[in-house]
Amino acid sequence: MIHSLFLVNASGDIFLEKHWKSVVSRSVCDYFFEAQERATEPENVPPVIPTPHHYLISVLRHRIYFVAVIQSEVPPLFVIEFLHRVVDTFQDYFGVCTEAAIKDNVVVVYELLEEMLDNGFPLATESNILKELIKPPTILRTMVNTITGSTNVGEQLPTGQLSVVPWRRTGVKYTNNEAYFDVVEEIDAIIDKSGSTITAEIQGVIDACVKLTGMPDLTLSFMNPRLLDDVSFHPCVRFKRWEAERILSFIPPDGNFRLLSYHVSSQNLVAIPVYVKHNITFREGSSQGRFDLTLGPKQTMGKAVESVLVSSQLPRGVLNTNLNPSQGTYTFDPVTKLLTWDVGKINPQKLPSLKGSMSLQAGASKPDENPTINIQFKIQQMAISGLKVNRLDMYGEKYKPFKGIKYMTKAGFIYINWRLLCSSSEWTLAHKNLY
Amino acid sequence: MQEWANQLCENRQFGSKMTDSKYFTTTKKGEIFELKAELNSDKKEKKKEAVKKVIASMTVGKDVSALFPDVVNCMQTDNLELKKLVYLYLMNYAKSQPDMAIMAVNTFVKDCEDPNPLIRALAVRTMGCIRVDKITEYLCEPLRKCLKDEDPYVRKTAAVCVAKLHDINAQLVEDQGFLDTLKDLISDSNPMVVANAVAALSEIAESHPNSNLLDLNPQSINKLLTALNECTEWGQIFILDCLANYTPRDDRESQSICERVTPRLSHANSAVVLSAVKVLMKFMEMLPKDLDYYGTLLKKLAPPLVTLLSAEPELQYVALRNINLIVQKRPEILKHEMKVFFVKYNDPIYVKLEKLDIMIRLASQANIAQVLAELKEYATEVDVDFVRKAVRAIGRCAIKVEQSAERCVSTLLDLIQTKVNYVVQEAIVVIKDIFRKYPNKYESVIATLCENLDSLDEPEARAAMIWIVGEYAERIDNADELLESFLEGFHDESTQVQLQLLTAIVKLFLKKPTETQELVQQVLSLATQDSDNPDLRDRGYIYWRLLSTDPVAAKEVVLAEKPLISEETDLIEPTLLEELICHIGTLASVYHKPPSAFVEGSRGVQHKRLPARAGSGESAESPDTVSTGGVSEAPPAVIPSQGDLLGDLLNLDLTPPTTTGPPPPTSSMQMGAMDLLGGGLDSLLGGDIGGSPAMGASFGAPPAVMPGSFNAPVSGGLSDLFDLGGGVGMPMGAYVPPKTVWLPAMKAKGLEISGTFARRSGVVQMEMTLTNKAMSVMGDFAIQFNRNSFGLAPAGPLQVLTPFTPNQSIEVTLPLNTVGPVMKMEPLNNLQVAVKNNIDVFYFSCQYPISMLFVEDGKMERQVFLATWKDIPNDNESQFQIKDCHLNSDAASNKLQGSNIFTIAKRTVDGQDMLYQSMKLTNGIWILAELKVQAGNPNYTISLKCRAPEVAQSVFQSYEAVLKN
Repeated sequence: MIHSLFLVNASGDIFLEKHWKSVVSRSVCDYFFEAQERATEPENVPPVIPTPHHYLISVLRHRIYFVAVIQSEVPPLFVIEFLHRVVDTFQDYFGVCTEAAIKDNVVVVYELLEEMLDNGFPLATESNILKELIKPPTILRTMVNTITGSTNVGEQLPTGQLSVVPWRRTGVKYTNNEAYFDVVEEIDAIIDKSGSTITAEIQGVIDACVKLTGMPDLTLSFMNPRLLDDVSFHPCVRFKRWEAERILSFIPPDGNFRLLSYHVSSQNLVAIPVYVKHNITFREGSSQGRFDLTLGPKQTMGKAVESVLVSSQLPRGVLNTNLNPSQGTYTFDPVTKLLTWDVGKINPQKLPSLKGSMSLQAGASKPDENPTINIQFKIQQMAISGLKVNRLDMYGEKYKPFKGIKYMTKAGFIYINWRLLCSSSEWTLAHKNLY
Repeated sequence: MQEWANQLCENRQFGSKMTDSKYFTTTKKGEIFELKAELNSDKKEKKKEAVKKVIASMTVGKDVSALFPDVVNCMQTDNLELKKLVYLYLMNYAKSQPDMAIMAVNTFVKDCEDPNPLIRALAVRTMGCIRVDKITEYLCEPLRKCLKDEDPYVRKTAAVCVAKLHDINAQLVEDQGFLDTLKDLISDSNPMVVANAVAALSEIAESHPNSNLLDLNPQSINKLLTALNECTEWGQIFILDCLANYTPRDDRESQSICERVTPRLSHANSAVVLSAVKVLMKFMEMLPKDLDYYGTLLKKLAPPLVTLLSAEPELQYVALRNINLIVQKRPEILKHEMKVFFVKYNDPIYVKLEKLDIMIRLASQANIAQVLAELKEYATEVDVDFVRKAVRAIGRCAIKVEQSAERCVSTLLDLIQTKVNYVVQEAIVVIKDIFRKYPNKYESVIATLCENLDSLDEPEARAAMIWIVGEYAERIDNADELLESFLEGFHDESTQVQLQLLTAIVKLFLKKPTETQELVQQVLSLATQDSDNPDLRDRGYIYWRLLSTDPVAAKEVVLAEKPLISEETDLIEPTLLEELICHIGTLASVYHKPPSAFVEGSRGVQHKRLPARAGSGESAESPDTVSTGGVSEAPPAVIPSQGDLLGDLLNLDLTPPTTTGPPPPTSSMQMGAMDLLGGGLDSLLGGDIGGSPAMGASFGAPPAVMPGSFNAPVSGGLSDLFDLGGGVGMPMGAYVPPKTVWLPAMKAKGLEISGTFARRSGVVQMEMTLTNKAMSVMGDFAIQFNRNSFGLAPAGPLQVLTPFTPNQSIEVTLPLNTVGPVMKMEPLNNLQVAVKNNIDVFYFSCQYPISMLFVEDGKMERQVFLATWKDIPNDNESQFQIKDCHLNSDAASNKLQGSNIFTIAKRTVDGQDMLYQSMKLTNGIWILAELKVQAGNPNYTISLKCRAPEVAQSVFQSYEAVLKN
């Protein structure tokens, strides 16, 4: 099971260590540092590193490496999932998960880690149970504790710990009973030069914020549940009911949680809501190149495309650019060759464009690299897959809750392979006689 | 980055007052001294703050063990937070201060009786973490109580504590009977307790591989499955991993477990999903394939695996390593999901490389166009490792999907045109493999490759290029110059290149002996006299002796046909794959090594095997068992890896370990070398090569594929006469005459036998159809041959499946050999056969086409042919007419080649094609033929010359039969 945990910051210092079994010397991290040095980018450090006596399994979150040390055969996914849970818990407790925040709350961090694992076995990882055991620090509570000498460690056995619904504590009370559901979809697509889609998939989640008194039992039904054929549920969802009736039936945890995540990948269901017209040319022997890029909306059901951000890694040979955006602002970093254009909202009447010239290194040959264009955007009030919630019902409690559903589409990464590499003429393999 | 740093600084300043970071500030007086004073303060609040400071120092690795007695003094408190903090400290330092730690025991024992279950659990939990013998002694009693505590929270904590104690003192745990109590907890009413008990037992079992700790039976399985639905995600992982060790009794039980595990595939925790996949992959093995549920299950496995790929990159990496195994075991699951493995530009490199690997595994004719387009794209990326792997992937596609080979080659040529150094080198390495796989198809690109000779600086690429030059020396005008250029820096080259160069030059010499004598002398002396490398020296000596004693044998050895390489290259060996499938989701599956290979302290890990498919008929209806189970009988031959003597001689040293068609008698790699040293080498070094027919045999008979892949080398003054032009094309299979009735039913009391003879993969076979036209069941079949002209004899008993019921008809194939007693028959190809069954013995005679005795190595060297032709007296020549044959000379040559009649040369005189052909009988008799084909004339003239003219008539009949069918 998980032996120890080391937290390593971006500059390669261990700033926290926790051991659940015997103490493992921090020199074990030297193997990790070696791997870190070899990696070109921070995110390229391999997640599983063998050392003579241990294995190091790490995740990189918020520029902190969480390095777990294990000694025996343990499922690596179990370790990685646990580390993610640690990160989530820190974020939940401290608002951010940074080195500073962790150092500021080092005692709470230690108490949390102790509570989350026992001898390497997960003990309590559900946020609501932890919060009953160890109260999250707030400025108010810190002051109250300082004055009254009271403590932020719960004295009672957490109620959810052993019930059939470990994710919900009993005795929840609210004056305003509310349940909000956010359907958020991210498109992840690769489009080639000609505009045809190579891959497109939608990664969707339904995040919920439920503040309801007592033990409510909710059902959520969809207009088009057939869309959801590849789903992962929060443990609270009754799987049998979903299998049989395609209805989500659950006793919700208290507060914020992710009800389900789903994945839509069949091509015909995924429409890309924006299009890009682009033209980049370099003339042989000239030190100038033309750059021309226009964006436009498509299939957005009348919803506005907002917060559009375009970025592109230009070829190394480009020295500088002189471009004219029709709206928004653009920057070009001559060192990293990264072009970023903050477009804002797309107005369908007046399509945003970015045009101008690029200057190349004198005498350099035509760049043969393969730049890509990344696009990020948001569309409010629409789930691009077309998923729609039909109704939400509550059983088990008497009051009338306030219900709200919100939809949003984001571009995770849409990238367009924009090929400069001249498509070389097909090689004919004539059987030349080599004699 | 800047912003982040600013924020960090700000936090530091801000944090000094309100937050825990104040615990890090030190004063000048000496920290320890000050803390000591604070710990002994009367004020509770001050005490707590001091302990917090101590903990803070501990977390950053400062040694605060000197404060041990002072901290322990704070332990007796009713403040839970303070208690927890002290416990934290104790766990860290008790080991270094064992005597002091005893001070805490009393409090622990008292806390184990506390009315608050939280405190009871905390005490037992902390005691287990203190690795001091004196404390563990005191732990036993409280632990025993806690294992039977009324509160499940305490029980589940105690269960884990048993595992801790076992880690410290295994004997104590056994003596105290804790293991049995732990086993009882598997039947606990609370699912969390069950999960923790399973986890603890699994961990203990890891160090006791042979103990029966997790003795799973249908009852306990049922309990586990019930607990599975109700416990936490982590508990589900432990239970699923434990379930995976169970072997169901039959397919029905297997199915019912699968049904109850399937809902776990929709869990948000990826570790739960992968553990469930493991259980399903294993238990599926037992389900009959025609079961509907089997298909349903296959379909259900794909979506969760795809979903894993949209998780964080670290999870993706582990998932991909496992998917790599799953795809090899059951490619059907993900065959339609190719696109999810396309590389995204922001994937970390370790994810990119894994995805590439899986793309190749999933590549098929249906999706190859897409895959190639992607790979070509990747080959222009920035990351060198990734680009290299992409180029390699293109080569692997060519080898895997034959239809794509041409496109792959042209893609590789495009990439070579980019002149990017590492791309070119990588491309050359893979093109060499493509040449191996598809001989005589793409050699036209050699010229392009040669242009890049100078840019090759990596050993692997240099060696590959040298191999190509050597292998195709006869097609490259300046092959000698090219190889000579490499020779200049011979001693600076790596061993790989040196060995390759040596072999290539010997090949060149055998192909163009006249011009390259000097070169071969030079390389042999470099290898044998000036080198310290034993491999190189030995190989040099072997070549030298071979060449000096018997050039013909040398040719047979050096220019022997190489086994084909296949797409199975770098597939995981099936038995290992099976074991790894049982370890899906573990470190073993990430490293693709069995756990025994690397897990420390696992004393004799048990090798897990997939369960056998249920059902009585083990053989016929389950192709899968056959393919996995059959492995032990006929493992794919592994080409000896680098440095292996035989491998070297066959100049295979460049290739990665590959698998080939014909299975050798033993599976291990040493086989080649052993064999060679046993027989071949002795005779070789003894100089007894010429007359030793064992030579060829001990090198493993070349597989009976593609004769005629040999193109006519140009040599001597015969070039005008011997000009075959381009490739001959692929030959067709050997001619098999249709079956004729040999033994009519009337003559044999109802048994009818019809049959024919065939030569398949170098083995002569008698293929018969037996029909029972009698009224009763037949059995006890046996067969015998009379003496015959070529010593044909059954190579095994006649296998007739019994009972052979009336009106049943069965196909029987009887392999033959030619080591039986010889007697000249009239006609020559007559064979007398006796068949016995439970009714009687029957005799019949039949005639076999002599072509089935033509062996695969019946291609004579042209010089030898010329000499032999002259040598055989003209009296021995017989001429025949083949009438009404409408083939042109190339088609005829092709057809004949299928029956091991080899065209050595072709000459065209006045519109008449003359084909010079040779064939060799199993008893070593050579037959030479001249076939005249006149365009537009359906009558061929054939002249046969042989030292044993008796065979001519039969050979002519075979010619006629082959050409007309």
